[in-house]
Amino acid sequence: IMKLFIYFSTNASLILTALAYRTDEGKPWVLPVVRKTEKQLADDEALNHEYLPVLGLQACSSAATRMLLGAESRALLEGLAFGVQTLSGTGALRVGAEFLHRQLKYTTFYYSSPTWENHHLVFTNAGFAEPRQYRYWNSETRSLDLDGFLEDLRAAPKDSVIILHACAHNPTGCDPTSEQWTQIADVIEEKQLFPFFDSAYQGFASGDLEKDAWAVRYFADRGFEFVCAQSFAKNFGLYNERVGNLTVVVNNAVHLQPMKSQLTLIVRGMYSNPPNHGGRIVATVLNNPQLFEEWKESVRTMAKRILDMRKGLKERLEKLGTPGTWDHIVTQIGMFSYTGLSPQQVKHLTEKYHIYLLKSGRINMCGLTTKNIDYVAKAIHETV
Amino acid sequence: MATSSRIASVSTSLLKNNQYGISSVVGRASSWWSHVEMGPPDAILGVTEAYKRDTNPKKINLGVGAYRDDNGKPYVLPSVLKAEERLSAKKLDKEYAPIAGSAEFCNLSINLALGEDNEQSKNGLNATLQGISGTGSLRIGAAFLAKFFPGNKEVYLPTPSWGNHTPIFKHSGLNVQQYRYYDPKTCGFDFQGALQDIAKIPEKSIILFHACAHNPTGVDPKPEQWAEISKVVQQKKLFPFFDMAYQGFASGDVARDAFAVRHFVKNGHEIVLTQSYAKNMGLYGERAGAFSLITSSKEAAQTTLSQLKIIVRPMYSNPPIHGARIVTEILSDPSLKSQWLQDVKGMADRIISVRTQLRDNLKKEGSQRDWSHITDQIGMFCFTGMNQQQAERLTKDFSVYLTKDGRISMAGVTSKNVDYLAHAIHEITK
Repeated sequence: IMKLFIYFSTNASLILTALAYRTDEGKPWVLPVVRKTEKQLADDEALNHEYLPVLGLQACSSAATRMLLGAESRALLEGLAFGVQTLSGTGALRVGAEFLHRQLKYTTFYYSSPTWENHHLVFTNAGFAEPRQYRYWNSETRSLDLDGFLEDLRAAPKDSVIILHACAHNPTGCDPTSEQWTQIADVIEEKQLFPFFDSAYQGFASGDLEKDAWAVRYFADRGFEFVCAQSFAKNFGLYNERVGNLTVVVNNAVHLQPMKSQLTLIVRGMYSNPPNHGGRIVATVLNNPQLFEEWKESVRTMAKRILDMRKGLKERLEKLGTPGTWDHIVTQIGMFSYTGLSPQQVKHLTEKYHIYLLKSGRINMCGLTTKNIDYVAKAIHETV
Repeated sequence: MATSSRIASVSTSLLKNNQYGISSVVGRASSWWSHVEMGPPDAILGVTEAYKRDTNPKKINLGVGAYRDDNGKPYVLPSVLKAEERLSAKKLDKEYAPIAGSAEFCNLSINLALGEDNEQSKNGLNATLQGISGTGSLRIGAAFLAKFFPGNKEVYLPTPSWGNHTPIFKHSGLNVQQYRYYDPKTCGFDFQGALQDIAKIPEKSIILFHACAHNPTGVDPKPEQWAEISKVVQQKKLFPFFDMAYQGFASGDVARDAFAVRHFVKNGHEIVLTQSYAKNMGLYGERAGAFSLITSSKEAAQTTLSQLKIIVRPMYSNPPIHGARIVTEILSDPSLKSQWLQDVKGMADRIISVRTQLRDNLKKEGSQRDWSHITDQIGMFCFTGMNQQQAERLTKDFSVYLTKDGRISMAGVTSKNVDYLAHAIHEITK
């Protein structure tokens, strides 16, 4: 099903399964600041296509780590955090997982139920032999199953790697509150589990970089050692340039050099060094105050459109008097929403209304536009 | 082990974490990373770093594995610049590429390797995907073979080979073995040694060949020798894995440099082929490369491609587009392609020219040694035949930087420094 939805056509079908941001016209969007930066880079005669260092462009990885942790982060100020430029978020997950398995010999990992389907594959291919799930989504209440989550963590063996979505949980869109994160952190600490954050939507979720990094920063400030995979696919719209970062936070600087040298060996044996083009775009924007502001504005634009669609869909469903509660559409965050529709309802939507969504009931909010939102609301209403 | 390091590090953590109370302190701090040991330093990087620190104005860096022009500067190919201008005007989007990269890129790549009218791509016998330059393509191939190769999961590498081959295969779960290749006595190809060793390889093992411009020696088999090797490989039912990182860059002629690959394929071998555009298009950091499996049926090509994608997805999902778009722009446009062929010939010619100059200068210096291997060898690198002590002296006394195996990168030699270099080498070896 994943291949069907490259094209959006108003009269034929409505694709809510796309994997990328779409404008209100249903089109892909290359951020103006990205085009501008590309032109700037192209005009810079001092630039070429030489190899980047194995761990990536320093200007990119340090800015990415700073963006994640915040310039005031204790970990950064004390020189206890560093970044590795990677092949987008997937590449960061894979390099991180390989490191944890090869160097620390970890073999057990936990992923949320449900989660992005590639998490499991990344870790098992990196050598983890014990995949386990922790409860996450409560389909009855359409909210976080915190009790199940904490119970599963408490039962986890020491040194288990726990994959945590930093924000905009994929696929449910349902994030823990700060209070809930505190409880999650308590258990992770108590059971000596290893946190591995996946941050694919910083800025893209709420429109605010700080807000979307709250959970990661909380863990850092609490003194956790952890890693975090970052992606610039969505928030920079750089999907096919494959720009990402693996942020590593330690508590003792003596480990930095050995870790970097081992990460170097892992990268060298996998792809040698990361791609130059995307790395330079991100480095240039994040390190230039004006470009950075322009970028943040674009990020707010994307986030706001999605938030407007969420609000709009919920309002229409309530106005139509659609049975059930639809609060979850606005309390969920990010690109995806677990609507709570059943597989039969999904089938009906597809067959009768030509609306394509996953049978889990997951929709990509980016597929909604001001032009089709009424149609979708009515279709859902009739279906339910 | 973990327990004792946690206890030992409690005192450190107490200082850092006291705001959250004692319970949050015990058992963390440096506990996670204590097992991590320093990895071996990168030899080649070390050369460049030492070079940078040297204040001698006559210093030469012969460790670099990237092409340099006659002024010692990085070179962006005119065809690449033109392609980039055209691409920028097209204002293409940044949507995810397919997992295997663009079909057009893949077709252009296999046709460059095998020739425009090759039977394999015409009949859909190849499973080709875009890889992260040469390294990434090798890794995909290694992962695929580790999972699906029905024979002996050992890869036989020539002695010596590119240093990174071994980790790539090992990380993928394959064992690595050797066959004789370089003859230090002649600084040339140990043809007999290679044939003998290849004949002893267990049936259905994987054997890796450098398609052209062997790295690090610069020593390539002659066409007749490739033909012999092909026969033995066939007799022993070995599976050929070709690493082609220098097509066009070696002799200046893309067809000539692909001779071995094309010969094997024409003679019925099913092979693995990795291609890199790092050197021949100067696209080093953009990570453009391709991986191909040449099979005997369309079905096999399709099924293997589906499995290859399954390997890519948990590694990096889909490939970086920028470099691949440049390659596509160049190879799909006759005039740009023609420009590129000139550009790559220009690079190859410069390297061949400084090889000649170096050899001539050594003679002029009065060296009695046989330096014919400098011009017999081909591509980026030259195994000078100097031993480690000589290499170290060359660095210490003359600020000429090279790796301790006596390998020099001809890309670092220019018409401006070749006299000094010849003088230095003569002084060390006379």
